[in-house]
Amino acid sequence: MSLFLKHKKIETNLVLMAVLTLITVSIGGLVQIVPLFTIETTIERVEGVRPFTPLELAGRNIYVREGCYTCHSQQIRPFRDEIERYGHYSLAAESMYDKPFQWGSKRTGPDLARVGGKYSDAWHVAHLIDPRAVVPESIMPAYAFLAGKRLDVAGMADHLRTLRALGVPYSDDMIANAATDMVAQRTVDGDAAGLQARYPKVPLVAGDGPVPTEMDALVAYLQMLGTLVNFSAVTPQQLKQ
Amino acid sequence: MASVADALSGPYAGHQPAQRVDYVEDVVRAFVIATVFWGVVGFAAGLYIALQLAFPALNLGLEWTTFGRLRPVHTSAVIFAFGGNALIGTSLYVVQRTCRASLFGGWPLASFVFWGYQLFIVLAASGYVLGISQGKEYAEPEWYVDLWLTVVWVAYLVVFGGTILKRNEPHIYVANWFYLAMILTIAVLHLGNNAALPVSFFGTKSYGAASGVQDAMIQWWYGHNAVGFFLTAGFLGIMYYFIPKQAERPVYSYRLSIVHFWSLIFLYIWAGPHHLHYTALPEWTQMLGMTFSIMLWMPSWGGMINGIMTLSGAWDKLRTDPSLRFSVTAVAFYGMSTFEGPVMSIRAVNSLSHYTDWTIGHVHSGAMGWVGFVTFGAIYYLVPKLWNRTGLYSTRLVSWHFWIATLGIVFYITAMWVSGIMQALMWRAYDELGFLQYAFVETVAAMHPFYVIRALGGVFYLTGALIMVYNLVMTVRAMPEAAAVGAPRAAAVVAA
Repeated sequence: MSLFLKHKKIETNLVLMAVLTLITVSIGGLVQIVPLFTIETTIERVEGVRPFTPLELAGRNIYVREGCYTCHSQQIRPFRDEIERYGHYSLAAESMYDKPFQWGSKRTGPDLARVGGKYSDAWHVAHLIDPRAVVPESIMPAYAFLAGKRLDVAGMADHLRTLRALGVPYSDDMIANAATDMVAQRTVDGDAAGLQARYPKVPLVAGDGPVPTEMDALVAYLQMLGTLVNFSAVTPQQLKQ
Repeated sequence: MASVADALSGPYAGHQPAQRVDYVEDVVRAFVIATVFWGVVGFAAGLYIALQLAFPALNLGLEWTTFGRLRPVHTSAVIFAFGGNALIGTSLYVVQRTCRASLFGGWPLASFVFWGYQLFIVLAASGYVLGISQGKEYAEPEWYVDLWLTVVWVAYLVVFGGTILKRNEPHIYVANWFYLAMILTIAVLHLGNNAALPVSFFGTKSYGAASGVQDAMIQWWYGHNAVGFFLTAGFLGIMYYFIPKQAERPVYSYRLSIVHFWSLIFLYIWAGPHHLHYTALPEWTQMLGMTFSIMLWMPSWGGMINGIMTLSGAWDKLRTDPSLRFSVTAVAFYGMSTFEGPVMSIRAVNSLSHYTDWTIGHVHSGAMGWVGFVTFGAIYYLVPKLWNRTGLYSTRLVSWHFWIATLGIVFYITAMWVSGIMQALMWRAYDELGFLQYAFVETVAAMHPFYVIRALGGVFYLTGALIMVYNLVMTVRAMPEAAAVGAPRAAAVVAA
C-alpha cells in the first residue's frame, strides 16, 4: 500500500518524526484542557466559597504533606448511597481555590468532602492521636506527632501572597492580618471578630495548647470542609455546568 | 561530537572497520544494576505498605513511616526508579545497536544522565519521607526536584536523539519511535502538570498554577499518560526490540507497527478524564475520556498481536527459554490489562470500580505483569551480553522466578478484584427498611483477609525478584567469558 511506503519519509527523518509525534500527542490534551478555562459554566455560580483562612491553609498543607489523599477522597458522586452517606454531591466551585485539588482516587477511608462539622474538635484530636481508640476497626496511621509541632505563624503571609499571585483572591487586609488571623481562629486565643469578617463561616477550633500547632490547623481544615455552600439556597440553574 | 565519543570508546578508537561500532556499554550496565536495585526497593516498599493496610500497627506511630508518606515512595520507586532506569538503560542499548552508532556525547553525557537520574530519585523519595510533596499522584516531587529532572531529561533527549542523528542505518527502527514518543511526551506532561510557584526560593513548598477542576483534569491528563507513555509506549519500545531478538524472528508486521504507533499515541492522550467519572468535571469531558479510552483497546491489542505473533515459527522457544517466557507473558498481561482498562473506563462500570481496590488490582496487573515481566525478560537477555558471559548462571532459577512471580500476580489481582467489587457493593447496599446497610468502617473491616492475601502476593513477587538478583550476580561472577574480546568496555561486533 502506497500510504505505508510514504511512512518511509517519516521514519528516516528524526526531526519530522519528533514534530509529527508532538502534534499527534498535543491534540487530545488541548481539546480537553483549554475549554475548561474558557467555558464559564465549568465552575457553578454558587455563592459562599471563599479562600482558606491562614490556619485552614496550614492544615490543608499538612493534609497534602501527609498524603491523606492516598486513602481519602474529597469528591462525592451524584449517587443515592453517596449522597446519603456523605451529603450533597461535590461541585467544581467548592474546590476552586484548591491548589492542588485533593479529590483523591481511592477510599480506603471514607470521603471527607463534607466532613466539616460532623464531629467535634475533641473527636478529631482523639482520632488523629490514636484512630483505633475511637474507631476500633480503623486502619489509619496515628498522627499524634501533629500535636507537638508548632506552626510557622509569621511565614503564613508569604503563602497567601504566593496564592494571590496565582489568582486566589486574598485581599491586602487578609495578607496583612495573616499571622493574627491564624492565632485568632483558636478560641483559647480570644478575639476572632476581624477573622470572621474577613472569612465568613470560619470554624473556630478549641486549640490544644499555648501556641497554634499542626493539630489545630488540620482540625480547622477538616472542620471547614464542605461547609461553605448553603445548599438550601442553591437553585438548579446555578448548578448547571 | 561523534569523534569525542569514538575517542573515548575502548580499544577500537581510531580504528573503525566497517562492521565495528564501539558501543558505550558501561552506562547501560549501570542502568541495568540500578533497575534491579530499585526494583527490589520498590517491591519491598510495596509489600511494606500492603502489610500496613492489613496490620496498621506497622505504621509505627512515627511521622516518617505512615502509609501516606510511604505510598509515594513505593509508586515512585517502581514507576520512576525501576521503570525509568529500565527505560533509559534499554533505550540507550537499543538505540546504539539499531542505529549502528555509539552514543552521542559518549559516556560523559550518558553518565550525567545516569547519575542525574539517580539523584532525582533520591531527592524525590527523601522528600516524601520528610513530608515534602506536591500532593498530586505520581507527580509528588516538589518544584526543585521537578526542575532537576527537566535538566536530566533534556540531556537524555540529546543523547538519544543525537545518536539517531548520527546513525549508520537509513531507517529509524520502530522501537526507537516508541522511545522517542515516550521522551517527548513525558517532557510535555511533566512541564504541563508541574507548573508551580514556590513560596520562597529557599523553601520546598510551592503552589500549582491550576486549581480545582482544571487542576484535576491536568493531573489526570498527566497521570494517565504517565501510564500511556512511560509505562506503555516506552515498554513497547522494549517489546519491539527484545522479543524479536529473543525469538530470533522479525517483528510480525511492519504495517501493524505503523498503525499501532500513531493510533496509540494519538488516542492515549484523551483517556485522562476516565479517572474523574461522575466528579465535578463537566460531563462532556468525561464522555470524551470514556469514548477514547474504549477506542484505545484497538491499538493496544494491535500492539499485543504484533508482539505475540512475532513468535510465529518460534513458539517452541517458550519451552526452552524462560526469559522469552517472561517477555511473552508480559505481552499477554498487557493484553489483559488493556482490555480491563477500557471496560473500567465505561461510566457505569466505573461507578462501581472507582475509589476501590479494583483499580489497584488493575494497575498491578499492568505494573507487575506487563512492566515488570517485560523488564525481567530484557534484563535476562541483556546481562550475559553486557557482561560478556556465555549465558545465564541458571535457566532453572529463571523458571522459578517466572512461576513464583506469576503466582504472586494472580494472588494480588484476584484478591483486589474480590475486595474491590465487594466493598463497592457494600457501600451501595440497602437494608429492607431502606437504610444504608453498612457503616463505612464495616466495609474496611471486611477488606482484611484480602489485604493479607494481597500482601502474600507481594511476598511471592519480591521473592522472585530476589531469585533474579542471585541469578544475575552468579552470572557475572561464576560464568565464563563469552569470547576472547576481553576488552574492558566490550566493543561489540555488530551482529544482525
